[in-house]
Order: sequence, then structure tokens, then C-alpha cells
Amino acid sequence: MSDAFLVLAAFLASAVEMVEALTIVLAVGLTRGWRSALIGVAAALVALAAVVAAFGPALTLVPIDALRLVVGVLLLVFGMQWLRKAILRASGYKAAHDEDAIFRREAEEAALTLRSHGAFDPYSFTLAFKGVFLEGLEVAFIVVTFGSAQGSIPLAAAGAGAALVIVAGVGALIHAPLARVPENTLKFAVGALLTTFGTFWAGEGAGVEWPGGDLALVLILPFVVLMALAQVRVLTGMHRRATTAVDARALVGAER
Amino acid sequence: MKYAIAFARFWYDFIVGDDWQIAAGVVAALAIAALLARGGLPAWWIPPSAVVVLLSLSLRRATRD
Repeated sequence: MSDAFLVLAAFLASAVEMVEALTIVLAVGLTRGWRSALIGVAAALVALAAVVAAFGPALTLVPIDALRLVVGVLLLVFGMQWLRKAILRASGYKAAHDEDAIFRREAEEAALTLRSHGAFDPYSFTLAFKGVFLEGLEVAFIVVTFGSAQGSIPLAAAGAGAALVIVAGVGALIHAPLARVPENTLKFAVGALLTTFGTFWAGEGAGVEWPGGDLALVLILPFVVLMALAQVRVLTGMHRRATTAVDARALVGAER
Repeated sequence: MKYAIAFARFWYDFIVGDDWQIAAGVVAALAIAALLARGGLPAWWIPPSAVVVLLSLSLRRATRD
């Protein structure tokens, strides 16, 4: 069961980050040409592989309890930040992530920047490299920490690999930003999974004995999801009341 | 040096994000859980309770204005 969670969490988290990287690469490739953008993507993938190869095996040398404590704390903090943002977006307090708007902004900036005369375009290279490397570092962090704490980096890598195949495949087919991906729902799901794993592992690392052992993992997930949905419900009501009050004040002001 | 600072900033923004008090609260809650567990007392309820309390307080701070 926890193996299925592991693959699912790695898949969803990687897919979200890859959609963001794909938006940047498409904006650069479609406006300034593909050659330098794809060289940037390739260079970023090589750099990422080097980072994972350097740090991944080192984690297997750390004792499992210490590793679970550190990884658990990191995932718990990281997962709660994702969940916080997803709750604020779902309740209307924060603007939703708009891949179409990001694509348009990146494409406009790319079109405005002067091209160099040579065949190689450093602007395209740098933008594609930066986008893929930074989003990829986040994927690598999730795969390495999840995989090492659960004792199976290959399973976490398989989840991320499946996300890469699907996101890159769809991107190559439609040549447009994946605006229809329900990004906030994905981030909500990933935030809940990261918070669940983080709670469980950080607790184990701190010496907590979970009632039911590994079964607790299956109970923490619905607990986190229900708690987050309740927060969305409360905050949506608060936001609606605040917006209505602001509108009423504006109306009274206009009538005066 | 510039790159090292930028690299550290990237990881801080990535993991700690907009609200450092969540990170501080998680560390404090786990320290209390570790103390209780070492004393032989049940501590399993502390991490899930910390998630509820810290997230609620963080959302309250974010929506106050």
C-alpha cells in the first residue's frame, strides 16, 4: 500500500513541476526556435543527473531513523506549504496558477529580446536550461527523499519517469501549454500526500510509535485531506463575505 | 559566492516558502514528541495535531488582511 502511495506521490509531484518546465520550454522554442532551447533542455538534464548521482547514493549511507527524521521534517514543511497555497487558491485568497498567462508572458519576453547573429541563441539556451534545471531539482528532491526514506529510489523514479513520458509526450503532440491540467487540484493532492508521508516519517524518526504501525499511513491521509477540505470551506465563506462587504462599501461610496 | 547565496535562497524558498513559522512549529512539535516518546508516553497524536494547528494559524495569518 505504501509503495502505491510512493509511486503516486512521485508521479503527481513530478507532473506538476514538469508542466511548469514545459510551459517555459514551449514559450522559448515556439518564439525563438527549437535548436538552442533543446540544447538547454539536454544540458539541464545532464546537470540534474550529475546532482542526483552525487547526492543520491550518499543518502543510503545515513541510518534509516535519522534519514526518516530529516526527510520527514523536510517533507512535512514542504507539503504544508503546498497545501497552504492550494487552500488559499481554492478559497479565492490567492490567484490560480495560469499556465496560459505564464506562456504568453514568457513568449512576449522571448520575442522582445534581441537575437544573436550566430546559430546558437544564448537567451533560449539559458531560459530553457534554467526552467528545466530548477523545476527538475524539485523533482529530484522529491524522488531522492521519498525513495530513500521508503527504501526504494527506483519506485519513486518510476513514478517521476511516468510523469516525464506523459507530460513530454502530450507537450510534443499539442505544442501548447497544458492549461487544462487542473494544477491546483494536483497541488492539493501532492500537498496532502507530502504532509502525510512527512507526518509519518518525522514521527517515526522522533521515536513515535504509531498505533497499527504502517497502517497509520492509510489513516493519516484521509485525516489530512478532510482537514484541508474543511479549511477550504471555511476560508471560501470568509472570502465571499469579505468580497460582498467590499462591494457594498464601494456601492455606498459611488452613490454618495 | 553569489551563486552559493542564490542556491541557498532557492532551497530556502523551495522548502520553507512563504511562512517560516510552519518550519519552526514543526521542529518544536517533533522535539516535544521525541521527549514524550523517550519518557515512554504516547506521542503519536502530536504530529497530526501540529499539522492542524500550524496550518490553521498560517492560513489565518495569510488571510488576515
